[in-house]
Amino acid sequence: MKSIIFKTSAKYLLPVLMLFSVFMLLRGHYLPGGGFVGGLMAALAFILHSFAFGLEETKKMIVVHPGLLMPIGLFFALMAGIAPWVFQEPFMTGLWYGEPLRMVGMVGTALLFDIGVYFVVIGSVLTVMFSIREII
Amino acid sequence: MELLLILIIGLLHAGGLYMLLRRSMFKMIIGLILLGNGVNLLIFLLGRLTKGHPPVIDGNAKIFSEIYADPLPQALILTAIVIGFGLQSFAIILIKRVYQVLGTDDLDELNSTDEEI
Amino acid sequence: MLLAVLSGFIFALLVPLLSKFALRAIPSLLSAVPILLFLYFISQLSSIREGQFLLEKISWIPQLGINLSFRLDGLSMLFSLMITGIGALVFVYTSYYLKGHPYLDRFYGYLSMFMASMLGVVLSDNLITLFIFWELTSISSFFLIGFNNEEESSRKSAMVALGITGFGGLVMLAGFVWIGSAAGTYSLTELMTQPEVLTGNSGYVWILVLVFIGAFTKSAQFPFHFWLPGAMKAPTPVSTYLHSATMVKAGVFLLARFTPILGNTPEWNWTLTIVGAITMTYAAIHALFRTDLKSILAFSTISALGILVFLIGLGTEEALLGAGLFILTHALYKAALFLITGIIDHETGSRDVSRIAGLQHKMMPVAVAGYIAALSSAGVPFFLGFLSKEVMYEAVFHLPQAALILTILAVLTKICLLVAGFWAGIKPFTGKITAVSENAKLPSPRLWVPTIILGALSVSFGIFPALIEKSLILPVLSSMMVGPIDSYLALWHGFNWVLLLSVLTLLIGTAIYFSWRPSEVKFEKTLRFESFAPEQIIKGLGRSSQVFAKRWTAFFQNGYLRNYVITILIFLSVLVAYRLFSGVYLYLDWNQISEITPSEIIVVFLMVISIFFVILSKTRTAVIVSLGVIGFANCLFFLYYSAPDLAMTQFSIDTLTVLLFMLVLFKLPPNKTFSSKRIRLRDSFISLVFGALIAILTLEVFEEPTMKEVSEYYADNAYILAKGRNVVNVILVDYRGFDTMVETVVLVIAAIGVFSLMHLNLNPFKKD
Repeated sequence: MKSIIFKTSAKYLLPVLMLFSVFMLLRGHYLPGGGFVGGLMAALAFILHSFAFGLEETKKMIVVHPGLLMPIGLFFALMAGIAPWVFQEPFMTGLWYGEPLRMVGMVGTALLFDIGVYFVVIGSVLTVMFSIREII
Repeated sequence: MELLLILIIGLLHAGGLYMLLRRSMFKMIIGLILLGNGVNLLIFLLGRLTKGHPPVIDGNAKIFSEIYADPLPQALILTAIVIGFGLQSFAIILIKRVYQVLGTDDLDELNSTDEEI
Repeated sequence: MLLAVLSGFIFALLVPLLSKFALRAIPSLLSAVPILLFLYFISQLSSIREGQFLLEKISWIPQLGINLSFRLDGLSMLFSLMITGIGALVFVYTSYYLKGHPYLDRFYGYLSMFMASMLGVVLSDNLITLFIFWELTSISSFFLIGFNNEEESSRKSAMVALGITGFGGLVMLAGFVWIGSAAGTYSLTELMTQPEVLTGNSGYVWILVLVFIGAFTKSAQFPFHFWLPGAMKAPTPVSTYLHSATMVKAGVFLLARFTPILGNTPEWNWTLTIVGAITMTYAAIHALFRTDLKSILAFSTISALGILVFLIGLGTEEALLGAGLFILTHALYKAALFLITGIIDHETGSRDVSRIAGLQHKMMPVAVAGYIAALSSAGVPFFLGFLSKEVMYEAVFHLPQAALILTILAVLTKICLLVAGFWAGIKPFTGKITAVSENAKLPSPRLWVPTIILGALSVSFGIFPALIEKSLILPVLSSMMVGPIDSYLALWHGFNWVLLLSVLTLLIGTAIYFSWRPSEVKFEKTLRFESFAPEQIIKGLGRSSQVFAKRWTAFFQNGYLRNYVITILIFLSVLVAYRLFSGVYLYLDWNQISEITPSEIIVVFLMVISIFFVILSKTRTAVIVSLGVIGFANCLFFLYYSAPDLAMTQFSIDTLTVLLFMLVLFKLPPNKTFSSKRIRLRDSFISLVFGALIAILTLEVFEEPTMKEVSEYYADNAYILAKGRNVVNVILVDYRGFDTMVETVVLVIAAIGVFSLMHLNLNPFKKD
């Protein structure tokens, strides 16, 4: 697996894939994409990197344990849910701010929620894949 | 085309069930995955098939002006696929651990509540 | 009254807390509770004269008609006085009887709880609260019977008692609910004003059956009587209090309570008369064959309860008067006899009536109490028992129908009870001192004073019936009947047949007492009939239902996952197939079907091949790769039919799954075949049937017109309400955001599960 070509391409693929995954996430509200797909793309990017450079390198690069992304994501999603309480609206009511942006659409709780989903997906997929590879 | 899809759904269910009934745990998980695929297709088909009109509203419009594919089954299946992955990964690791500890894959040998684990 | 009921519960809670530092003070302190309650009820005596009653109501769950309402009338007054009065004596008695017992505090807790629940039963005006208190008495009785919980027989008896009485209570609840829905109220007071609503109801017989089962189980009527002798495993104060004086009379109380509501019909009268008659004679004869004092008393108690049911069943004014009087008489003498038995047991360590004698030389006061109790139970003049026996004979003798046979049964019962009473109250004290009674001595007054008090009451009420006539007994009668009352109590009724019967009873009974000696041999002879006894039949039913349950479980819960799956699926398939073949027509609207393009054909083809490959291939790698192909083919279908989100997700997930499989591939078990060819053929048949069924069902659903209201709502408002254009995404993060959130939680749980499974060290002794 550790051929020069693979390593080199993986090195350049990672940022591209990450950028693509964020792109997928942000455009989700207007065009096909969203938190689930974006998260899966990002996870795949990291997995690809770990295949090329070894698990340790990837872990060093991420710094924190990927499992930590799960509570962060859940926290975002929960925040998006309870934010309307501030305005005396029921749980999970959509809130928006300002004018719609190109591609992304309106910024609001829905986007925050999607970001939460994105993190949860990355976190759980990477936790599964990494813990399997650690032990084997 | 719907008839062909129905045939495939039937095959996936039959195959999934057959694998589920095997004594080998490995085959059991394969059966689960097949069944999952079958059910996803089934739900998708019940939303009716629409070609070339994804449920995305055009750039400047506010509502759909043409026909569009049913978004509801799609949303259901999307989460089902992701959850299915969680289930599959857990099941795969489970049988791996069971095999590692007990040295057998035969469900009938796991039947008794033995304590010498 | 609410406070009166609650005080016992409060004390039951406090006792275990107090015990640690105040165990010595508890007996005297605790006895104060029943004594105070007794005085409270005495003070209320004047307010219930001549059919008046007190009513107290606190709304609890008014929507369901459940209120904490209490009714104090003649009947509940008599019971309340017995509960608190005998309760006080038993509390005092116990303080010495169980002195130094490690669980004394617990015992008092149960006892207080019982007292409170029993008061609740007799005072409740609401049927539902009555039921709750009723079951509470069963539960406290369970704890008290099983008080010596180290003994297996104690635990078993407790289980039997709880099983029988608890079951009866539940059946009774069904009856109550029926009454509630038929009459529209759960209030006894309201029910008493409109008895014809229930007696005229079409479900009347069923209500009767249900209520009767509750009353009969509690009051140990044939064929549910056998739990009571078993309940004698409890410490003697408990037997005195619960199993002779109060709790077992709850069933009788219930019948008396319902007499003005459900009574005065042939069904009511004859059922009660017959069951009561069987119980009283059956148990009275049984009592003669026992040698254990408590056993004798247990059977004579059952017999006495039979008499009460019998009298309530007769339903005439005289009979009801007799019942009211006998409740009091029996409580006074039977409680005394039990307490005396407890003293004998405490002092000699034996309860075998054939081995104890001559105790009057050792403990005169106890002997006096014993003689009084025995004579009262025999119905000798100038004792309360005489009055109640006279009234009873009169009631039976003056019956319009079946007077002769019922009179014979009543006299027979009374004779046997007389003998049993003599054995328990006279035999241990007379004659020569035996080896067993050698070392006995007079115990603390705390043990014998209660028996003397009971005896004194028996005598004074017996000589001066006016003491209780107007204040206690006639109000009882008036709460059981409608209309004016012209009964009275008198010592002398003149020379008549009834007096002759009384004399006859005394003479024959005394003769039997001197000629018949109970012994082990005679007892064993009765065991021959045990296999027909209801006890064996009901216990046998219990056992066989256990065996059945075991076999049933072994058959269906056999531990083979695939057998469960097969059972469920065969059932489902048969059910669905039946529905399909019986009246569903398949037809296809060809206009709905879309065209087939060559690329789709290729994908379908690929998929079919892959499915067969997955099933038939022998190598793991091939299986996993084919599985990947199926996933990607699925992904293509999604892409063809306007679901780009799905296609992308499926694509990533499929990649991940294949990766996952490949990572653990060599740690996975080999792809072996375990089952025989025959089994595989069977399974493939079942699977094909199932698959075909699913396909047909899909076709069936497909023909139905689609209901797209929900989808249309989502789609139409996606931009207007949720500011999004990708409807699938809008559904996920906005419309059904909460679902998605929970799903992410599921994903997190799966990930944590995998993580912990991988890091779990299954063998703590081997570090890897």
